[in-house]
Amino acid sequence: MSILDLFKRRSSAPVARERLQVLLAYERLGRGQPDLVSVLREEIMAVIAKHVQIDQDYLKVSMERGETMSTLEIDIQIPNKAAVPLALAG
Amino acid sequence: MGKVVVVTSGKGGVGKTTSTAALGAAVAKTGKKVALVDFDVGLRNLDLIMGAERRVVFDLVNVIQGSAKLSQALIRDKRLETLYLLPASQTRDKDALTEEGVAEVIARLRQVFDYVFCDSPAGIERGAQLAMRYADEAVIVTNPEVSSVRDSDRIIGLLDARTVKAEQGEHIAKHVLVTRYDAARASRGEMLSIDDVLEILSVPLLGIIPESQDVLRASNLGSPVTLSEPLNGAAKAYIEAARRLEGEDLPVMVPFERKGFLERLLGRRAA
Repeated sequence: MSILDLFKRRSSAPVARERLQVLLAYERLGRGQPDLVSVLREEIMAVIAKHVQIDQDYLKVSMERGETMSTLEIDIQIPNKAAVPLALAG
Repeated sequence: MGKVVVVTSGKGGVGKTTSTAALGAAVAKTGKKVALVDFDVGLRNLDLIMGAERRVVFDLVNVIQGSAKLSQALIRDKRLETLYLLPASQTRDKDALTEEGVAEVIARLRQVFDYVFCDSPAGIERGAQLAMRYADEAVIVTNPEVSSVRDSDRIIGLLDARTVKAEQGEHIAKHVLVTRYDAARASRGEMLSIDDVLEILSVPLLGIIPESQDVLRASNLGSPVTLSEPLNGAAKAYIEAARRLEGEDLPVMVPFERKGFLERLLGRRAA
């Protein structure tokens, strides 16, 4: 750290504003709706249950929030016993 | 019919109770009949800020449960005869309040008073939701700081969803009151500016209360700052905010850091 850094210290308010804007834009979307991930989880489970019997624990649904887009990860494990060819993982 | 105003914030410690006392006293000083209702059951403090802590006999919970009359629980201010306080219970918890009970108390206060200020507890739970339930207007107390602004945004969402007015499809008037504003820090870019806060929350500004020792001193003395020291900066800002709440169109001054002998003031319009 050089002595110049002391003079270069950026003001923190613009950073605060930006972080808030991104965060609140996201929080407002979900307001008033039930948690998206658990709704998805329930409905996916129902669809699969029509064809294959799987345990709740074999279904993992997660959402990762990115700045420009979010990824929804669905991981379904089907035990070999119920050998039905289904390509659902993704 | 009186107007019911909830003073709320989500976050604790931003100045809800102080602002309830200061705004309520400022309105009462103009001759309007004002009731201040403390909804913070279990952690009441409005009585202390108003200097009435030794005069509390009955409280909101007693009235709701029918063990005291409303007229017995209301404490008349010693300085202003138009100002009354309905204290919260200190020994009960928030479950002691029922929605029907609160509805009835608010309805009766509305008939007698011009303004009913509901001092909300912090948080977004039952107590805070009951405090806002029957409000016509809301004062959202916000510090220019990230966690306070985020919580205010959350409270705004609740005001638009959980109040009786909102449920009936009516508009609940909302105002942001920025408290603990530090002009020096704002000028150095170390604090969210007023414009930042308003842009993020998109709610019109009721006033800007500068960070002030006078407010603390008033609390120590048990007197709303608008009564004890009406000429100092914070009190003036509260008095002007109260006038705006009553519908007056006053420009809001953003406090500026004093530079040399020049006190620079920048005028802005209330949105």
